[in-house]
Amino acid sequence: MDRIPILKMGEYLLVTIQVDMHDQLALALQEDLTERINRERAAGVLIDISSLDVVDSFIGRMIGNIAAMARVLDANTVVTGMRPAVAITLVELGLSLEGVHTALNVERGMALLRKKVAARNA
Amino acid sequence: MPSADPPRFSDLVAANEATLLADWMKQQKAARGTRLDLLGESELEDQSRRFLRAFRTALATGDLDDVSQPAWSDVRDFLREVSRSRALQGLKPAETALFVFSLKQPLFALLRGALGNATDRLALDTWQISTLLDQLGLFTMEAYQQTREEIIVRQQQELLELSTPVVQLWDRILALPLVGTLDSSRTQVVMESLLERIVATGSEIAIIDITGVPTVDTLVAQHLLKTIAATRLMGADCIISGIRPQIAQTIVHLGVDLGTVVTKATLADAFAVALKRTRDAAVSAQRDPTT
Repeated sequence: MDRIPILKMGEYLLVTIQVDMHDQLALALQEDLTERINRERAAGVLIDISSLDVVDSFIGRMIGNIAAMARVLDANTVVTGMRPAVAITLVELGLSLEGVHTALNVERGMALLRKKVAARNA
Repeated sequence: MPSADPPRFSDLVAANEATLLADWMKQQKAARGTRLDLLGESELEDQSRRFLRAFRTALATGDLDDVSQPAWSDVRDFLREVSRSRALQGLKPAETALFVFSLKQPLFALLRGALGNATDRLALDTWQISTLLDQLGLFTMEAYQQTREEIIVRQQQELLELSTPVVQLWDRILALPLVGTLDSSRTQVVMESLLERIVATGSEIAIIDITGVPTVDTLVAQHLLKTIAATRLMGADCIISGIRPQIAQTIVHLGVDLGTVVTKATLADAFAVALKRTRDAAVSAQRDPTT
């Protein structure tokens, strides 16, 4: 089965979703990511969804869930690069992903993550 | 019932076309609703003459009961054209319908003159002509209404295109001055163009200025909140500005929860906040040793 790769960069984990998400993939990602956060004791997770152009309510909820789980495991999560069409779809579905940090692109997302982690460590 | 040989109605009209036209013109000019200032006498006469010609041809060939028959297609086309041009000229419905209805009296006068003694026939023909003209009048109104609807639809589209400019105020700061009521179709357009511009300019802050929004009800507030939520999902922030005192009152009275959205009284205030935030972000990025 396909899996979405999770890259480690210092104390951060980087997930870039480059393929169309389907339900199994999302569930696998949820499992892998929580596992990795725990093992690497990561301080932050960055999920880039700039290649994702179709979402449904399940994937939308999964994104929210993954972010919430990471928070429980004491890692800040930033979702970056959401496309306008995806954002509109999520809002129309009533999923505004409260509590998930967002950024326009990976660079800004990384800056935001550093700031959050620095604030937490301070 | 048809006695000796009273002339057929279509022949009557054909024979007396000139008199009819003169009478009809007199009738139209005398009627209160005729707008000679907009139409012009020569144009009105030309329209009347052309209508009579088409009317006569249709009478000769078609039956008098149903104007949706193919025989009446010329008359219908002409009436459609007339009501269309009148609708575009800004005439009122009554003034447009008058064109056909004012023909009744001259026609009845003609009938009375020709069939004075044959009362049965006179009553029958009068009834027939009356229904016929009513049908034509209704058709005129339908065409008029249709033209007006076309105008309205076109204007709505123009409004939709005109009313959603997204302007870049500063590096990473966008402004969206909203003018007019927000309905769902407009919100969709506004949302799309705002999000597209956020991506294109890499902006972090969007200022939504609602100075030009006349009223904010729960629906408008919901549309605003949707736009803000979508902007946030993209990784940008929204500031609402231009909330007038009455609107602030309505928002609170309606129990609309603007939540964590930053609101400012004027666009200038919002701009100042936005500038401060982007500058702070830049400064902290510079200081950050890991960057």
